[in-house]
Amino acid sequence: MKKYLGPLSKDNPILVQTLGVCSALAVTAQLKPAVVMALSVTVVCACSNFFISLMRNTIPPRIRIIVQLLVVSFFVILVDLLLQSYLYDESKMLSVFVGLIITNCIIMGRLEAFALSHKPLSSLMDGMMNGLGYGLVLVVVAFFRELLGSGTLWNHQVVPDSWYTAGYLNNGLMILPPMALILIGTIIWISRGTVKR
Amino acid sequence: MMSDIFNIFVRSVFIDNMVFAYFLGMCSYLAVSKNVKTAFGLGLAVCFVLTVTVPVNYLIDKYLLREGALTWVSARFAGTDLSFLSLIIFIAVIAGIVQLLEMVFERYLPVLYMTLGIFLPLIAVNCAILGGSLFMQERNFPTVAHSLAYAVGSGIGWLLAITAFAAIRERLKYAKIPPKLQGNGIAYIITGLLGMGFMAFLGM
Repeated sequence: MKKYLGPLSKDNPILVQTLGVCSALAVTAQLKPAVVMALSVTVVCACSNFFISLMRNTIPPRIRIIVQLLVVSFFVILVDLLLQSYLYDESKMLSVFVGLIITNCIIMGRLEAFALSHKPLSSLMDGMMNGLGYGLVLVVVAFFRELLGSGTLWNHQVVPDSWYTAGYLNNGLMILPPMALILIGTIIWISRGTVKR
Repeated sequence: MMSDIFNIFVRSVFIDNMVFAYFLGMCSYLAVSKNVKTAFGLGLAVCFVLTVTVPVNYLIDKYLLREGALTWVSARFAGTDLSFLSLIIFIAVIAGIVQLLEMVFERYLPVLYMTLGIFLPLIAVNCAILGGSLFMQERNFPTVAHSLAYAVGSGIGWLLAITAFAAIRERLKYAKIPPKLQGNGIAYIITGLLGMGFMAFLGM
């Protein structure tokens, strides 16, 4: 069990392996889309890891990248259609970033590094844990951006009105894209200082 | 019409910059920016592949995938909407074109192959490329020329971003950074600051 927990802390895909930053940061201005995105990536990563691992002995090595891309895009289309039918508002908000899960390097990286050489069930676990490790960072960043940037969490106001009347202002900078990068940089700094390896 | 195209171009270089506004292609942006020369090479390759793939995907989207796009085949297909296939078709087209370019370069343009060749396989899974096609689809450009301007603009924007970043990183070797912040940590923060700089173009 312990070996699967690495991605949550000391092998975190975003903080340590620098994978999958691409589509991650644009969805973190609010908590809700970040959680939806995190879950989608987890599902896609776990399922495609599982299926590639099932097929690992039959895929010819020369064309494995194309096969991987096809399997991943199959699951991404599935997730995209599910989001459009059950969570329409979030899917509008995430727009192209759901599609960009296909080229998320976490997924390709895990397929190449893990699923091609391990049994299906442990690949499923590995994919899930890496997805969750990615989601964890996403949610932490989104938490601070939404709290400090709009004074809300999950679209509910948490900063009391009395603060605003007393002169408290939302930090508009937090909602802007560059702040996501600076927050991630800070999180990396903190985690390097605290997490033992 | 011409001014529209020029607007799209300038917008996509500076204001909607792929890296600073949408964080696309961050992985290779962070990984291949240790020195200016390789960064410039990768930037050129991204620019080139974007310029080729976005217009091709635009034509495919317009004449095959969109709702009612197939009416040029027969009026019976007026209600057909294949856009749910666009993700898989776009990525297949991109992977195919990248493979094709690699072979053409190797055969006819060995000099270019030496500079861009190593980056081409990397690029098939670069989110900036797929992102370019997906944004193109979302923005509904009226003609193929608009989508071309968008592609070239985004490519140049990406090239600009990675070259600037690599230059800063080369200088950074001589700076005193807190040890835990070295490497990735400072790289993100610098990208953030660069992004803020680029936001100054918003007023244009």
